[in-house]
Amino acid sequence: MDPMEAIKQTYFQESDELLLAMEEGLIAMNNGEANDETINAVFRAVHSIKGGGGAFGFDQLVKFAHGLETVLDDIRSHKLETTPEITRVLLKAGDMLSDFVAAVREGHAVPEGHADEIAAELANLSGNSHASDSDSGDIEGLDFNPTLISFEESSPAAPCQKGWRIRFVPHPALYAKANEPILLIRELSRLGPLDVVCDYANLPDLAAIEPYQSYFAWDLVVRGEIERGAIEDVFDFVMGDCDLEINELTSGAQAETDPSVLPQKSEAPSKPVAAESLPPPSAALGAKPLVVATEGKAGAAKPTIRVDLEKVDRLVNLVGELVITQAMLSQQVHDSNIPANSPVNTALEELDLLLRELQESVMAIRTQPVKSVFQRMPRLMRELAAQTNKQVRLLLEGESTEVDNTVVERLSEPLTHMIRNAVDHGLETPDDRVAAGKPAEGTVTLSACHNSGRIVIELSDDGRGIDRERVRAKAIEKGLIAANAVLTDEETDNLIFLPGFSTANQISNISGRGVGMDVVRRSISELGGKVVISSSPGKGSRFSLSLPLTLAVLNGMVITVGDQTFVLPLTHIAESMRPKPAEISPFGASNHLLRIRNSYVPFADIGRLLGIERGAYVPSNGVAILVESQGSGRLALGADNILGQRQVVIKSFENNYRPIPGIAAATILGDGRVALILDVDALIGLCREKSGMSSKIVERKTGT
Amino acid sequence: MTMGKLILTVDDSRTMRDMLKLALSEGGHTVIQADDGIHGAEVLAQNASVDVIITDINMPRMDGYGFIEHVRQNPVNRTIPILVLTTESDPEKRQRARDAGATGWIVKPFNAEKLLAAVHHVAG
Repeated sequence: MDPMEAIKQTYFQESDELLLAMEEGLIAMNNGEANDETINAVFRAVHSIKGGGGAFGFDQLVKFAHGLETVLDDIRSHKLETTPEITRVLLKAGDMLSDFVAAVREGHAVPEGHADEIAAELANLSGNSHASDSDSGDIEGLDFNPTLISFEESSPAAPCQKGWRIRFVPHPALYAKANEPILLIRELSRLGPLDVVCDYANLPDLAAIEPYQSYFAWDLVVRGEIERGAIEDVFDFVMGDCDLEINELTSGAQAETDPSVLPQKSEAPSKPVAAESLPPPSAALGAKPLVVATEGKAGAAKPTIRVDLEKVDRLVNLVGELVITQAMLSQQVHDSNIPANSPVNTALEELDLLLRELQESVMAIRTQPVKSVFQRMPRLMRELAAQTNKQVRLLLEGESTEVDNTVVERLSEPLTHMIRNAVDHGLETPDDRVAAGKPAEGTVTLSACHNSGRIVIELSDDGRGIDRERVRAKAIEKGLIAANAVLTDEETDNLIFLPGFSTANQISNISGRGVGMDVVRRSISELGGKVVISSSPGKGSRFSLSLPLTLAVLNGMVITVGDQTFVLPLTHIAESMRPKPAEISPFGASNHLLRIRNSYVPFADIGRLLGIERGAYVPSNGVAILVESQGSGRLALGADNILGQRQVVIKSFENNYRPIPGIAAATILGDGRVALILDVDALIGLCREKSGMSSKIVERKTGT
Repeated sequence: MTMGKLILTVDDSRTMRDMLKLALSEGGHTVIQADDGIHGAEVLAQNASVDVIITDINMPRMDGYGFIEHVRQNPVNRTIPILVLTTESDPEKRQRARDAGATGWIVKPFNAEKLLAAVHHVAG
């Protein structure tokens, strides 16, 4: 790749991180939790985004960032006090900056109009603090140009009468900053023929020489058609650290370089000092030799390295293979009748433990905090609040909870949907809230925590809760339940997950047409997760998502059907049993129902669903496994035998072969055979297709 | 052509570090990097032969001013030219860097030519 292109990619990647840091800081400022380091960090983030943007010529982005930076700079130097009004503008500007970065990355046109509006608001803020500061010239001012130095040695052949006489008297400070007169003189010589006379009149006796004093001065004459500015540029870095007189050679005068006829050291350098106005001494003294910023929580970063995800995935894969090989080895040892207490078995057990640990460690590399998803939500919340005219506060908890990278990525969409729903449907308008005796501002809490090997993400709001009467009425109206159906509160709440269900009387452009929740449930289910709702009228609702920590390994039940071996994900299994003949009753022409306690569940033979040929199948000779799917209900699957429960490494089918209906992925078992991992949702779907069952009647209750 | 220098770049932005490295390497220099002032001081302590330092101002932990002052405190480092990367044309900030001991400055955005010229200007 073109190195600049690679750096551009780095820029975007870095910008993403910086934008997150910026937003985090801005939110802290908004909540009044910011200290100086927080504000500094926000400033630095914007500053770096601007700096990189400038390098790639993203002019509009730079200009906008500059406005934001100016305000932040005023805040961090305490020229400007933060007020809620200011942080509100800053948050908006931060969002806008994200949009700018996104726009240049995608190569879209930069959003217009809105940006100007915010830029104007920012300019207002900074304008208030420095009444007459002409900071706006900064962009133009960026163009200091040391390239002038690279002028060719363009001296004309004939000695030119035009030129400059320069008296240059370095101060000790010049040397203290590691400036080197000889380099400056050499630069001057590039402008034209140069006569150099060193004035060492001030040089004392050897014994009296102070190492850090400055004793030399130079008288220089440079000839040619040279702009005064070109000479000043040479001395740009040392202005103020030397006496410098630059006088044009008078046309008649010989270019005298004899020190005796050159003017004596003058107190007034030709370039007025005012142009480079010296700061008050405090500015210099204020900087401590070691400015170690207090380490806030953001600063306490542990050392990290960046690794290509591909490399990590390869590692995960290799460990997976290792686990399989270990399982095969165990199987071999077991089959060869080696006594259980033999050293071979002891070593194998050890290996097993180490492998488990290795696997966990490798998986841990793939994990990342849910923060990266959570961080996107405050902005969403602000936009929603603005669109709905509701007042909302978003609380984030457990942002550092770690989960597999893939899970994190795929969480974003369902969470976005759920938050939209919470604000749009869950929360009341400020007036309604006050009328109900609640604070006008609603609170939405998004939290994450680990719970027995899974990650639990909860979204709760203190809104009106689910209006069960309305949900029920809607479900009946849509023909989702019978008019006389008797449902528990929980069952009623779960109706909102049915495809096509919508309670919003009025279709809003926020949570759309209410198609959201079934999509949410499906995407969570695809991640091997579950959604549980609890709601109490008038007090609010809580959605709880429980997800596996990783998608690379899975706890499964190994079953046999004919001569085939399959794995069923444990998360979908409710229970398993040996059905008695009396518990299986025919239903319709070719379907069966299994009676479990007092309810009937559709029963399907896996062999028949997947078209596996085998001899006569008698359900009561085999096992029935009751599987549940969040999206599509329950189903009892018939299999021949259960071999056991095992952790298996998932080998994606789509990557290696092609998708197969009813099969989620494959794995390799201890004996080296490939086993297919069943896709429960798809199996339930297949079962419906084959039986022509309506999705409405997946399960029918006996009695009430 | 002048000899390649050993240049220490101190910047918290990966983008900027990468750009500096690319431009300076193409100019025949060798680049070592640090991502803030404290890291810069550590790297400098381990590399006695650094010819030029190029540092950003706004950095976490220790900013550019602090870093420059820290470098200049050690007499051994008094003669190392330090160039400051700055987007500010604000004379006050530039002056503050000089007061800390900066030799010169490079105004962002810079191109490779500008950068190499500035290095040449202070280090020959």
